[in-house]
Amino acid sequence: MAHLLEVSNLSTLIQSGTRKVRALDDVSFHIERGETFALLGESGCGKSMTALSVLRLLPTGGHVVSGSVRLDGQDLVSLPEVTMRSVRGARIAMIFQEPMTSLNPVLTVSQQISEVLVTHQQLANAELKQRQLSLLESVGIPDPARVLASYPHQLSGGMKQRIMIAIALACEPDLLIADEPTTALDVTIQAQVLRLLRNLQTKTGMGMLFITHDLGVVAEVAQRVAVMYAGEIVELATRDEFFQRPRHPYSQKLFDSLPRSSKRGEALAVISGSVPRLDQEFVGCRFAARCDQVMAVCHEQAPRWINGDGGSGVRCHLYAAEMAGQGKLGAILVPLSTAQTTSQGGAEVGPLLKVSDLKVHFPIRKGFWQRVVGHVKAVDGVSLSIAPGRTLALVGESGCGKTTVGKGLLQLLPVSAGSVQFSGEELTQMPPQALRTRRGKFQIIFQDPFSSLDPRMTVMEILEEGMHVLGINNAQRQDHIDRLLTEVGLSPESQFRYPHEFSGGQRQRIAIARALAVKPQLIVCDEPTSALDVSVQAQILNLLHSLQAAHQLSYLFITHNISVVEYLAHEVAVMYLGRIVERGPVESVLGSPKHPYTQALLSAVPLVEKVSGREIIRLQGEMPSPANPPSGCHFHPRCPQALPQCPQQYPDQSVFDAGHTVHCHLYPCNH
Amino acid sequence: MMVQLTPLWTDWLIYALCVIIAVYIGYTRSKPHLLAPWRKVVRNPTAVASSVILLVFATIGLLDSIHFREALPQADNSGKTVYSAEIISAFDRLAKPLRDHVEKTYSAPLAVNLFAMESVEQADGRVARLFPRLKYAGGHLGKDIDQSTQDQWRLFTKGAISGALLWVLLGFMLNAALATHAKVRFSQMAQRLWRGQTELPWRTLLFTIGIVLWFGSIVWQLAPNYHLFGTDKVGLDVLYLTLKSIRTGLVIGILTTLVMLPFALLFGIMAGYFKGWIDDVIQYIYTVLNSIPSVLLIAAAVLMLQVYMDLNKDAFNSVVERADVRLLFLCLILGVTSWTGLCRLLRAETLKLREFDYVQAAHALGASHWKIMTRHIVPNVMHIVLITITLEFSSLVLAEAVLAYVGVGVDPSMHSWGNMINSARLELAREPMVWWPLAAAFVFMFVLVLAANLFADAVRDAFDPRVQ
Amino acid sequence: MIGYVLRRLLYAIPILIGVNILIFTLFFAVNTPDNMARIHLGLKRVTPDAIAKWKHEHGYDKPLLFNAQAKGAGKITETIFFGKSVPMFAFQFGAADDGRDIGHDIKTRMMPSLALAAPVFLVGLLLYITFALTLAFFRATYVDYAGVVLCVAMMSISGLFYIIGGQFLISKLLHLVPISGYQYGTDAFKFLVLPVAIGVIGGMGGSSRWYRTIFLEEMNRDYVRTARAKGLPERIVLFRHVLKNAMIPILTGVVVVIPTLFMGSLVSESFFGIPGLGSYTIDAIRSQDFAIVHAMVFLGSVLYILGLLLTDISYTWVDPRVRLS
Repeated sequence: MAHLLEVSNLSTLIQSGTRKVRALDDVSFHIERGETFALLGESGCGKSMTALSVLRLLPTGGHVVSGSVRLDGQDLVSLPEVTMRSVRGARIAMIFQEPMTSLNPVLTVSQQISEVLVTHQQLANAELKQRQLSLLESVGIPDPARVLASYPHQLSGGMKQRIMIAIALACEPDLLIADEPTTALDVTIQAQVLRLLRNLQTKTGMGMLFITHDLGVVAEVAQRVAVMYAGEIVELATRDEFFQRPRHPYSQKLFDSLPRSSKRGEALAVISGSVPRLDQEFVGCRFAARCDQVMAVCHEQAPRWINGDGGSGVRCHLYAAEMAGQGKLGAILVPLSTAQTTSQGGAEVGPLLKVSDLKVHFPIRKGFWQRVVGHVKAVDGVSLSIAPGRTLALVGESGCGKTTVGKGLLQLLPVSAGSVQFSGEELTQMPPQALRTRRGKFQIIFQDPFSSLDPRMTVMEILEEGMHVLGINNAQRQDHIDRLLTEVGLSPESQFRYPHEFSGGQRQRIAIARALAVKPQLIVCDEPTSALDVSVQAQILNLLHSLQAAHQLSYLFITHNISVVEYLAHEVAVMYLGRIVERGPVESVLGSPKHPYTQALLSAVPLVEKVSGREIIRLQGEMPSPANPPSGCHFHPRCPQALPQCPQQYPDQSVFDAGHTVHCHLYPCNH
Repeated sequence: MMVQLTPLWTDWLIYALCVIIAVYIGYTRSKPHLLAPWRKVVRNPTAVASSVILLVFATIGLLDSIHFREALPQADNSGKTVYSAEIISAFDRLAKPLRDHVEKTYSAPLAVNLFAMESVEQADGRVARLFPRLKYAGGHLGKDIDQSTQDQWRLFTKGAISGALLWVLLGFMLNAALATHAKVRFSQMAQRLWRGQTELPWRTLLFTIGIVLWFGSIVWQLAPNYHLFGTDKVGLDVLYLTLKSIRTGLVIGILTTLVMLPFALLFGIMAGYFKGWIDDVIQYIYTVLNSIPSVLLIAAAVLMLQVYMDLNKDAFNSVVERADVRLLFLCLILGVTSWTGLCRLLRAETLKLREFDYVQAAHALGASHWKIMTRHIVPNVMHIVLITITLEFSSLVLAEAVLAYVGVGVDPSMHSWGNMINSARLELAREPMVWWPLAAAFVFMFVLVLAANLFADAVRDAFDPRVQ
Repeated sequence: MIGYVLRRLLYAIPILIGVNILIFTLFFAVNTPDNMARIHLGLKRVTPDAIAKWKHEHGYDKPLLFNAQAKGAGKITETIFFGKSVPMFAFQFGAADDGRDIGHDIKTRMMPSLALAAPVFLVGLLLYITFALTLAFFRATYVDYAGVVLCVAMMSISGLFYIIGGQFLISKLLHLVPISGYQYGTDAFKFLVLPVAIGVIGGMGGSSRWYRTIFLEEMNRDYVRTARAKGLPERIVLFRHVLKNAMIPILTGVVVVIPTLFMGSLVSESFFGIPGLGSYTIDAIRSQDFAIVHAMVFLGSVLYILGLLLTDISYTWVDPRVRLS
């Protein structure tokens, strides 16, 4: 019997102007009924193009040049457009990464679901209504009748993605393509959506093509995995095989570059260089330039696809010889780069930064006279302190106010109440001129490397910007710039270039150099790696790590990524809805979390390693709006262990050993 | 020949504009990111073709902006040079025959007789109704006036051939230069050029220049001897009128945006950057200006000027100066009415930019507001300014015509397409119709505005990040 | 919602005061009431008595902005500015400089203006959107290319030429409709058909091209890809998904002009001899009648502010994300 989906030798070309991009080159794989097949790779490797080629929804200028896509034996590439339309949405459905933009903002949920049912199944009236309701129920939406009448903007991100899933499932497709369906969502919501997809699959027996860049998610959902690199599939294996012994050097590197607690103090393995452009002709292996097991043949000859057993395979010269000898595909593992331990900074001295009861409230104006009727309490009483040379990680889901804390303590936002003391000086009451001269001491690095550098300035101009505070004269200045660039791993020549000539990782290095230029003592790192691919993330984390050791820097590391926290932070503070719920040394908080929210957050993170007895605590619902937070403990409506007093009163701080503190009624005050 | 330069107000502004453009070019050449969009513009064949046309118009406009008084022939031998009271431009000197050949009244294009019958007393004393001969058109033929058609054909052929020859020569030189530069054989380069396989659209450039040369040299041959576009009511050569109108159109199209630019830039950026009460005040100002129907605002302002001029007749030395002040004033008031659109665009963009991480980073580095505005905001909104200037140009040229019709345009004594259309409108009612002043204004206006529109499109495509 | 509308209407008051001050300043910066009287009475041989009489009759016998002689509130109220501006807020436009009642004129001339402007607006909007949608449907083909070239060429022609050319071709050569003039009632049709057609054609280039850009921008959005992934036919994608979203930016530019349709079209009306507010305004400008110009400015501002308000309200109809508060 034919496979559900069989893609063979698919090549796709995207032409824009005179530039031809070979987005896909000779891609082959198949998917069975009831199976989840994961397509893994970094940005720009061609994962999404594969999905769009299958559905024939390529952007303008894109077309399939060769190969076939067979659904139950029927070739989709040669199908006329009209017939193809009856395949889309009915037999193959797709959900996209951005639930915010993928739904039409001006149509109700009901209109958007019924479209599919009317087009493909000609349902009408009561039957249509009934089907819509049952679909929403099946994706776990409470109160479906109300949601049907609402518009997308009235729903949260998680809800929108559920609706996307409902639309995709409306005609009970044979194959569901999920293109990074949880990347834009928070971990707790991601856990909900992943479980939903798995349950639905079990129920309907559909095949699933799951596209992701996250190894953890692959471990959680997939049965088989294909790794893509620069438009090619470089490795294909079952999940267990893949996670036990990845074969391709690229896959191995991906694993090694993941930050985790076991690698604390070591430098992470990195993949040097960047992904090659796809508008060129390749001679050898596409990964050769970045591979540390590269051989002479790799540069001269493109590697063939080598089949292993059980449908697995790899595209690498390393396995060619072995293949001939044993006829069996083993894994060639290289020893990890030798561990570099860095000195543990932070002797017990007074804190460099001390924030007490910081509040940042934004007024809500309403009514005829635009009176202030309430406040969005983005940050509502946050206290923390950082010692010199230490890293405090501020963890929380989007919308919890962690970025506002960072900007608030740097005085980039007006602070409503509370105090921020830096080296003993109070910043909140400082006159602007005095504050300006001290700004060099505390810097910030942003999440998006593309918007954090002024596109109209050369790297030199960018680095010079803050130097006037230091009073460096021109001769020293040039010297200083050269040294800075070398320190962050860029060549001094790059100072004459403009930001758009650099890749995301390099831009982030420039942003770090800009912060370092004014010799700061504290750097607020606002999700500095979340816009980067895993391999580049490792480079930046290594850099931050070594800079801390070299300059005794303190970091306030704002992130939602727990494994980065495990790797880098000394202390961690967990935020929920404008307040810190738990705080303490990283081993203690992550090792034995006390607050139910911390427990749920940690358990929702998909892990690469199999951990026995791990149970995911699934939170109900989503984080409420900070404009109207729940009474008492903000977390009580979602808390699995809520007590009667939780809605009444905000819990006091309970202290555990070694500075581990929690705000939770489960632990009555013990100080 | 001694001349006394007498630049008008608008002349100074045009010179200033030239300096600004020169500085901008010099500055841009050193900045690759500023140069990149312009590279895209010059790779666009439509943009190249339209900029050739625009350059031709600009050259005429520039020549027409060098005003002076000629020295009068010396009446006494005192050694003092006396200058004529009449202010003329360099273009007037070049087009002297056109300017001087003033007929009695209407005559059709290329005609040798007046358009209207007149009673003429003939040699034998009888009075006959006939179309009298023109004073200048075909004057060189003397008695052989019936040969005029053949003569026109001869001149036409002469112009066409010399234009074509010039073109071939130019193409030859261009090809030779390109071949040397690319280090290929001449014939190889010629082939590439012919097939349009060059990196820059040289073929389009050559083709457009060819058309311009061809028309130019035909006009060059015919215009001094005949009235190519006929004459108007008072016998002025219509070709001369249309050519003179170019400067008016250009001044209105460019200076208007130039005078409004500083205000729009300052207010727009301040409103978006500081928000709060500054934003409220600036928004109030531009809502007030916007809510007045623009024609009425212009009308009120021009009427005011009119009254002022009537009351202070002595302040102006000549009609030309008086008309110039009115033109400048019109630019100012048009600038005030069109200022708001750019201001609003800049405000919106600044609101967006001020939240950008690099602006936040500049704050974190302790940069002052002024520094952030000049170093981060202004360079990042300049593409909007440039797009607006090019897009506004054509609508301003068209607006001039409408204002002239309403009666609040440029001074009636000034040559402009608006005034030409306005006066020709009444002539349409004549039987048979006098169509040529209208047609001439139409053709020239259409070519200029079309070229400007196409050029603006190319500029927008290259500069607008959303289009890419 | 009602609170919002009320607040916006209150905001309108300072704006209208600003408009009045501006126009007033422009007019009297160099002009004096004496001058005006002289102009209207004929420049020569005017006795001071006649001037004083004219000024008194027309309400110009007071100080311009501030009356130092009056007492209390009279310092402000007993001025030309106050006397000429405040009644406007009650839509009392007063008399023109030649004595006619402006309010009455506006009332009678509004309908012919609307009869011309409203069809131009409606037919135009429908035609431009249809044309732009067609171009967007055939995007990146020769149809699209030719359409864009046509649009650019059409917008490069001055509106005056459309009128002159139309009158010449349709009325003078073909004698299909009268060249100009107007009759009230159903007879108006034959006088209006040509100006309407010309008005529509004159705006076609710019608007169609603009709408096309909006459509193309919307077609690159993620939700369009979702709609295609659902297997919907292109026609439904265009009409249900793209058109509805594109209406949001189109409305911003379009709704604001609806109230100002009453003001009529300056050029068209005077060319075709339609007795509307547009030609009224032109006549006033040419005869330098301050009272009429002032009234028209005020009316225009009120209608413009009304247009802004309507734009905001219309957003709530097409965009469910917008809520006024």
